Amino acid sequence: MEDQVTKIDIRKDENIVYKRTDLLVDRPLSYCPGCGHGVVHRMLMETLEEMDIQDKTIGVSPVGCSVLAYDFMNIDMLGAAHGRAPALATAIKRLWPERFVFTYQGDGDLAAIGTAETIHACNRGENFVIIFINNGIYGMTGGQMAPTTLPGMRSSTSPYGRDVATMGHPLKITELIAQLPGTYYVTRQAVHTPNHVRRTKKALRKAFENQKRNTGISFIEVVSNCNSGWKMTPVQSNKWMEDNMFPFYPLGDIKVDGQLVPKKETAEKE
Amino acid sequence: MGELRLMKGNEAVAEAAIRAGCDGYFGYPITPQSEIMEYLMAEKPHERTGMVVLQAESETASINMLYGGAGTGKMVMTSSSSPGISLMQEGISYMAGAELPCLLVNIVRGGPGLGTIQPSQADYFQAVKGGGHGDYKMIVLAPASVQEMCDFVKLGFELSFKYRTPAFILSDGAIGQMMEKVELFDPIPRRTEAELIKQCPWAATGKPKNREHIIITSLDLDPAGQERVNLKLQAKYKIMEENEVRYETIQCDDAEYIFVAFGLSARICQKSIDLARKKGIKVGLFRPITLSPFPTKPLGEMSKRVKGILVVEMNAGQMIEDVRLSVHSDQKVEHYGRFGGIIPSPDEVVAALEQKIIGG
Amino acid sequence: MTEEIIIAGFGGQGVLSMGKILAYSGVMQNKEVSWMPSYGPEMRGGTANVTVIISDERISSPILNSYDTGIILNQQSLDKFEKTIKPGGLLIYDPNGITHPPVRKDINIYSIAAADEAGKIGLSKVFNMIVLGGFLKLKPLVNPENIHKGLEKSLPARHHKLIPDNEKAIELGKELLIPVVVLN
Repeated sequence: MEDQVTKIDIRKDENIVYKRTDLLVDRPLSYCPGCGHGVVHRMLMETLEEMDIQDKTIGVSPVGCSVLAYDFMNIDMLGAAHGRAPALATAIKRLWPERFVFTYQGDGDLAAIGTAETIHACNRGENFVIIFINNGIYGMTGGQMAPTTLPGMRSSTSPYGRDVATMGHPLKITELIAQLPGTYYVTRQAVHTPNHVRRTKKALRKAFENQKRNTGISFIEVVSNCNSGWKMTPVQSNKWMEDNMFPFYPLGDIKVDGQLVPKKETAEKE
Repeated sequence: MGELRLMKGNEAVAEAAIRAGCDGYFGYPITPQSEIMEYLMAEKPHERTGMVVLQAESETASINMLYGGAGTGKMVMTSSSSPGISLMQEGISYMAGAELPCLLVNIVRGGPGLGTIQPSQADYFQAVKGGGHGDYKMIVLAPASVQEMCDFVKLGFELSFKYRTPAFILSDGAIGQMMEKVELFDPIPRRTEAELIKQCPWAATGKPKNREHIIITSLDLDPAGQERVNLKLQAKYKIMEENEVRYETIQCDDAEYIFVAFGLSARICQKSIDLARKKGIKVGLFRPITLSPFPTKPLGEMSKRVKGILVVEMNAGQMIEDVRLSVHSDQKVEHYGRFGGIIPSPDEVVAALEQKIIGG
Repeated sequence: MTEEIIIAGFGGQGVLSMGKILAYSGVMQNKEVSWMPSYGPEMRGGTANVTVIISDERISSPILNSYDTGIILNQQSLDKFEKTIKPGGLLIYDPNGITHPPVRKDINIYSIAAADEAGKIGLSKVFNMIVLGGFLKLKPLVNPENIHKGLEKSLPARHHKLIPDNEKAIELGKELLIPVVVLN
């Protein structure tokens, strides 16, 4: 029994194989089990830690499920009014050009109520990072239809499925803003598998490195699940996301270094 | 003596902003106040002081740019006219809730709706009673001259930082568009980053290792916590009432009657005093300079010495409610107003005094 | 001393700038001044007017309904403002385009053919300064030195080369006044 590892041994520094970044506050996340938000929070904070820019970063959280993101991210943050995060970030970055600035927004926030702020900040080529979590639904308010809800998809305000004839089509805002000269890096990622998590992390690093060089907007969409809103188990929701969301919102880079990526290369090859 | 210039009220606001050490102006064009941003852009304040000036995509974006800038301790402002200010109300409420300083300028035009581009005072209620949702107040300054347009920019910034609250200049299209002699105050340098962090330890400026992270928000999902926020705000407003009331009296010493008027209406009433006194009517003027906090006590004291009060406003009767709350219920208080962009003339004000107060 | 003046005519006649130069000259002479324009869509080709007040004391209302002096450059403005001149006051008008001349007998009235003269001598850009010259001849509120400073302050630097033309026009205006009604 002598060589049995005790709890105390496990906690020794030399035995650590994984450590939660100090840039995440030590408190339970308010997100539903199975939700992708927590993973993106971690990737984002790890990126800032690795770049050692915690003291130089100012974040802006939205209204939506991640309204309390500032409680979990151990950096200075502002909670914006619904949809207005890019307006806040515009002013912050212009008034503090040496700081790193990002917004963290959901689909309702970024692509419905805040569409004007999103498009104009992108079009002006503001030098901050936009992280856009797209789960095709309003999670916080109880599963209503979002601008990105798929055709036929059920929500509490489209209980018989989204009828595009009367409710409009889902908005591919990421493809839309990629057309604007002010965006420099536009990519669509996911966080439901370790492989995808790694890619998202790489994208985040690239985005913040871009900001160092004042290139204009770096925009990372993360297609995510909402098992609560979609009324599924986490596993079912990830499967549903792969089968339904990814065909409509294909993963991969859309614009890199200011150049649009040719369409056939856009779809991710698994 | 500072530099003398002949300036429009709008231009004076812009020049004063640069001189006050303002860090950022964010706005959207609307008549009759577009000269403010035009002047700023022409002056290249980025070269003069490093001030940022940005034309936003809407008033909604402007006010939220202010929220962003103010949350990081920067000295920020916007200006607009009535419909644009309505559009900003949500953001103003957020800033009041998050206790952020900023300066807002409303060059009021006639309403409701798209209304007219001519001057009005019909946004009094909106400015002094909150305007947006929730229990909050702002410091509201009412300039009556181009000189005060200039001076109140500096004063507004000072008060907004002193109390961490939005400060509001309630002016109108006539004062914005007219030119008068202005003595400009000497430029104040913009704060350095170190000065800002020292002055605003509450601001989100980037978290050093040795302090807790700062969160700027107006959200507290716990009702007990939100009640504490409200109690704190109310306590602050109480202190503002005690310390920041400003007003002016003109020819009140021997007055049997007084006009109560602010801004442009107060200027018109000064002429009306001259006309009335030529007729032997002893009338004076009580001019609230801070509309919020309202000079309740001094007006109440003065009202005891006069036979009647005529409240003159370019609206259908808004400040008169605060006047009535300031005076004894037996006091005779009447209103004379023109609206929709019509400015009352000095002699029709005298006629109203004779008819509604002296004869009535 | 307080002089309350209305200047009115078509948009584009230089009504507002005449008022501004007069007011700025007043500032240079250490007077209190106010310049209150009519503003809005009517400025584009319609009528434009500006109230200028120059005083030794703090100015009360910048907006008035009676004036010491009216400087009138078109028929619409004459129709509107003739009746607003205080008894004993002054009305100066350019007869160009005037079909119904002023009729009051209780005010001083002068005509000044500034538009014609400006056309003749090729100084149509400073037509308004000819009119101002006429006014200053009758009411020398500000001295030439301060008018020069007022011109410098009012005109953008790129137009400063036109200051001599402006001053020439002011001097010319002083010679062009024709008395119509002169009270004793």
